[in-house]
Amino acid sequence: MVESVRGAMRLVCPDEDALALGLNAGMALADARAQEPGLAVFEADPHADQDWLERLCDGCARYTPIAALDGPAGLMLDIGGCAHLWGGEAPLASAVTDRLVRHGMRARHALAGTAEAAHALARYPAAPAPDEDAAIRRLPVEALGLEAESALALRRAGLRHIGDVAARPAAALAARFGKESVDALHRLLGLADRPLRPRRAIAAIMVERRFAEPMGSTAHALAVLAKMAVEAGDQLSERAQGGRRFEAIFFRSDGLAFPLRVETSQPIREPAAIMRLFEERVDSLSDPLDPGFGFDMLRLSVPRSEPLAPSQLALEGGKVPPQDDVAALVDRLSVRAGRHRIQRLTPRDSHIPEQAQLALPAVESRAPASWHRPGDPEDPPLRPLHLFDPPQRIEAIAQVPDGPPHRFRWRRTLHEVTRFEGPERIAPEWWRAADGALEGHGRTRDYYRVEDARGRRYWIFRHGLYGGETVRPDWYLHGLFA
Amino acid sequence: MSDSASPLAALRRTIAALDRGKPRWDSDFFCTGHGGLDTALGGGLARGRVHELVCAEEEAGAGAGMALLLARLATRADDVAPLLWLRLDAASRQGGAPYGPGLAALGIDPGRLLLGTMTDEAMLLQAGLDAVRCPGLGAVMIECRGRHRLLDLTASRRLALAAEASGVTALLLLVGGVPGPSAAETRWQVAAAPSAPLAGDAPGHGAFDLTLLRRRAGPDGMRWRLEWRATEGVFGEWSGGQGGQQQHGREGAALSGAVVSIPAARPAADRAA
Repeated sequence: MVESVRGAMRLVCPDEDALALGLNAGMALADARAQEPGLAVFEADPHADQDWLERLCDGCARYTPIAALDGPAGLMLDIGGCAHLWGGEAPLASAVTDRLVRHGMRARHALAGTAEAAHALARYPAAPAPDEDAAIRRLPVEALGLEAESALALRRAGLRHIGDVAARPAAALAARFGKESVDALHRLLGLADRPLRPRRAIAAIMVERRFAEPMGSTAHALAVLAKMAVEAGDQLSERAQGGRRFEAIFFRSDGLAFPLRVETSQPIREPAAIMRLFEERVDSLSDPLDPGFGFDMLRLSVPRSEPLAPSQLALEGGKVPPQDDVAALVDRLSVRAGRHRIQRLTPRDSHIPEQAQLALPAVESRAPASWHRPGDPEDPPLRPLHLFDPPQRIEAIAQVPDGPPHRFRWRRTLHEVTRFEGPERIAPEWWRAADGALEGHGRTRDYYRVEDARGRRYWIFRHGLYGGETVRPDWYLHGLFA
Repeated sequence: MSDSASPLAALRRTIAALDRGKPRWDSDFFCTGHGGLDTALGGGLARGRVHELVCAEEEAGAGAGMALLLARLATRADDVAPLLWLRLDAASRQGGAPYGPGLAALGIDPGRLLLGTMTDEAMLLQAGLDAVRCPGLGAVMIECRGRHRLLDLTASRRLALAAEASGVTALLLLVGGVPGPSAAETRWQVAAAPSAPLAGDAPGHGAFDLTLLRRRAGPDGMRWRLEWRATEGVFGEWSGGQGGQQQHGREGAALSGAVVSIPAARPAADRAA
């Protein structure tokens, strides 16, 4: 693996054979080639690595809900309370490593009382020791995870192993090597604890199904999911809650996991409604859900829920209120097209036209904002129906540089201005400029409402005050009126 | 005579049985407020039907405005049912994004509007069909741009049936394309018209030229010029024409040259006073 570091190609991740030949990480590629002409070189792709690691981490959620990424090449699983399900810690650890090895990974594992200790034990080879504490004390000082300089300083002070450092008084260590060294030491020795940050927060409601035999068909998996949705719906109604977000994870027998998430604009708990959204989601996947050698576990969780009063069952001929109808449509379209594609407009308090509104996803349900109509009710619309963001550059001709436009050319068409109103002067937000500077915060715009000979109405502006801010003001078209 | 009449009557009965929709005289109408147009259509446009609006690429602003205003009229005045506006990504690029303050100025509450932007035409039509099936919506407006290959008679018939079943009015805006055969109730050509000028020769209220291109039951080919009156929330007769300027009391020529000070509510409104 090579990576370009400051203009030079350097080795990043030599494999064992390369290490045996005397090549090491950080070496220039040219030097390595000189030493070993037949070197097989690949470009490093940290993003793909990260992506793969995240997928592995999702897959490890089958062992414990608390699975976290650990650095660029590590996974951290909190197996407290889970190990007995796999017949103890060692069988669990070997199950995890076996699964990783099947993917062509090389994995080393360690079990320890704290996350830091496990991290260090997995990375630094230590001599066999009777117990965990002794093993940690035999680790080199680099295992503290301090900066290279601090580790070097510790070594120069004659402290080679964690045990040596631990024997010193903490105050002296803190005075000489900084407080971090003491913190790191305490965490390593299990005197202080830092909680793991799992990749996924643990949901309050979680339904799981494990299968004795992997299930090879997506349709069957969805049928099981429907049963789990009923169970989750029951749990939600016991708590008088409804889910706003649902997550279904399909664990494949080869260790990968496919998470599917759906979101709703109103809390729901009807299994049919939940399943409709999941089916929509499955249909909208760009590459379909691939069972591979089969799914061996399904998990349905409700990461976000909100209070939802118990509802009376619809009696015969009972009708769904129309708002629910629209909310269901919004959810379905949002799941199918993407949540940012169904939007609602919200006003924003700004006089800069393009900042006066926000388009927010409609699934983030809020009370519809109240808009006020600008200007006098008798006036024609002073703001356009369509707004271009960014504004479109036009060529305009005015009789005088700071006068109204006479004609303008937009998209290769010449428009004669027959009627106009303006200018409406909109100044930039000078109060936001740093230390009251008058320059560098944009220019004043002079807006005109114009109508061309065929009756089309446009909103155009001159950017910059003639003479003051610019000598040749540019013209832009900002909107179209109805 | 009776030989040929009875199969004909039988056929009629069969067709009536096949036509699952409500009979035409059952559907209700929403009036536009423009006297001539409403009388010609026999009371206004039908609710729960598909209406097509065709406009040229450069008239997209007027077309969308007309479709929105009709969507607003299709829901009852005190109704808060949301209006759904479905469009394509390309529409935002070519014709700009819907702007809340402008909608409010036309008398359409932007809080009621749901906006859907789809990636391709198939998705747009599918979403449109799903939306038209949802009776909680006030009206659905589907904006197609350019050549609409997928919008054929079948797709249009599907929309029409869904609209009849749910009672949701669908407005199909076809921008810059050649409209094909369709099952829509009416088809209109929309273009912007010169507005009746205000004092100081300022552009006035939005005016539209509407041509009835097609109608399922009744004569077509008529032409009207309408003006939107935001205060009353209806269309009206165009107040421009020869005497248009004289209707407004304050008469005066536009000042040439720069105008500097601007009142807060109206840009340079008093310049002509």
